[in-house]
Amino acid sequence: MNVVIDNLPAYLEGFGQTLSLLLIAGLGALVVGTIVAAMRISPVPALSSVAAVYTELLRNTPLTLVLFFCAIILPYLGSELPYFWCAIIGLTAYTSPFVAEALRSGINGVPVGQAEAARSLGLGFGQTVSIVIFPQAFRMVIPPLINVLIALTKNTSVAGAFFVAELFGVGRTLANANGNAVIAVLLAVATFYLVITIPLGILAGRLEKRFAVQR
Amino acid sequence: MSASVLFDAPGPRAKRRSRIASAIVIVVVLAGLAWIVFTLAQPRESGGITLPGYFDWTRWEKLVTDPEFWGAVGRGVLGTLQAAAIAAAGALVIGVLFALLRTSPLAVVRVPTTIVLEFFRGMPVLLMMLFILLVGSTGAFWAVVIALAIYNGALIGEALRAGIVSLPRGQREAGLSLGLTRLQTKLQIEFPQAFRQMLPIIVAQLVVLLKDTSLGYIVGYNELIRTTMNNLSSFYGNRYLFTLFLITLVIYLAINLTLSWVARRLARRRSPKAAPVLLDGGEQGGRAMPGPLAAANGNPENAATE
Repeated sequence: MNVVIDNLPAYLEGFGQTLSLLLIAGLGALVVGTIVAAMRISPVPALSSVAAVYTELLRNTPLTLVLFFCAIILPYLGSELPYFWCAIIGLTAYTSPFVAEALRSGINGVPVGQAEAARSLGLGFGQTVSIVIFPQAFRMVIPPLINVLIALTKNTSVAGAFFVAELFGVGRTLANANGNAVIAVLLAVATFYLVITIPLGILAGRLEKRFAVQR
Repeated sequence: MSASVLFDAPGPRAKRRSRIASAIVIVVVLAGLAWIVFTLAQPRESGGITLPGYFDWTRWEKLVTDPEFWGAVGRGVLGTLQAAAIAAAGALVIGVLFALLRTSPLAVVRVPTTIVLEFFRGMPVLLMMLFILLVGSTGAFWAVVIALAIYNGALIGEALRAGIVSLPRGQREAGLSLGLTRLQTKLQIEFPQAFRQMLPIIVAQLVVLLKDTSLGYIVGYNELIRTTMNNLSSFYGNRYLFTLFLITLVIYLAINLTLSWVARRLARRRSPKAAPVLLDGGEQGGRAMPGPLAAANGNPENAATE
């Protein structure tokens, strides 16, 4: 236990890094994922197939390999980004297809009858989407999106192995330095992760229940 | 793309515009790809020496023509598949166990199980691997396998529980009124149905498990990535790093795309009549999970981000 208290500053620093990875990569993934989702549903066939290929490629590549590419191959090819930003790029790219899928499945969760009703009332595409579909889809999308963020939180740990001093990296260093207190060191790391993931999970569950009632 | 409720059927002008847009996109994408390939193929200056471009035969020859290289890659693939297979079997067993304990009528059993489950689900697998490796001194292989089995077991357990909850109450009541005990009802009546219903999610989770064996790279288990990117790249030299990366990527994509395809087929077979949906996004497994399950768990491939 003493090890943990003595190294609290290191832990907090790692926690800060994890949080910034989560926030920046999460935001990036939301933006990229929305663009990919929009491309995916667009009526232009070339756009939707580009989006489909992007999704399939990234979803079927292990995160380790994506981060390996960003942290080790990119510098080798001549990029000079610091490792933190390499990790951000990798996590954003890896998470964005999942965001796109969550958005798509949210829109698909709106019953077709809603769109048919809107269309038969004479609303155009823009009106149907913005007034009828989107407000309903938005609610259904939030819980899965939070789940994607929870997964991202856990995935940031992989960045720790690629030279970013976030929680997992800090934990590994401390565990190596304090061979006699490995259990305490690693449990403390786990606690910090749980501080992020469990509240998010509870939030997702709450929202899901609340929104479920409304239909 | 079939006729969507959202759009009018495109007229001649809209069709032409869409065709032009398509052409532009294709040109832009091709140009981008060509630029990347061209840049990579350029000879490189490094410390005064000119090295050949990345697609130059000298960067491939020594690897591709060496049978021992392919033997080593094969062992890497085998390592990945082996860890994934054992962990998958473990995850299924642990999942069933967790689901049983989690739905127990006794609060003494249920509450601690819930806490343990939340703990396992909220923490990164990588951390669990490190923990098992350092605390259990099991060796890297078992660290990877055990951590993946526990973590995915927790997720599969939750999926099974959601499956049980979503069954009609009458199933359970009928079982009990026939004189079966609670455990018998659960094992013989509820579980088989829940399992079948959740099969797509479970299979998707097993695909994720396979992808996650790559974390073995970090804890020192010789799976595919560690074999190629670490062992082989130091054996053959750094100049083959990019080549090795491409080979690894292709192998992973081949394995995972095959598995995802199987998972999707399963998902479609299990629920032949998917409810009509707004967006016709092509061959997605997610669409095949209509109804409350989709809302409860996201789409199966999403539920399996972790």
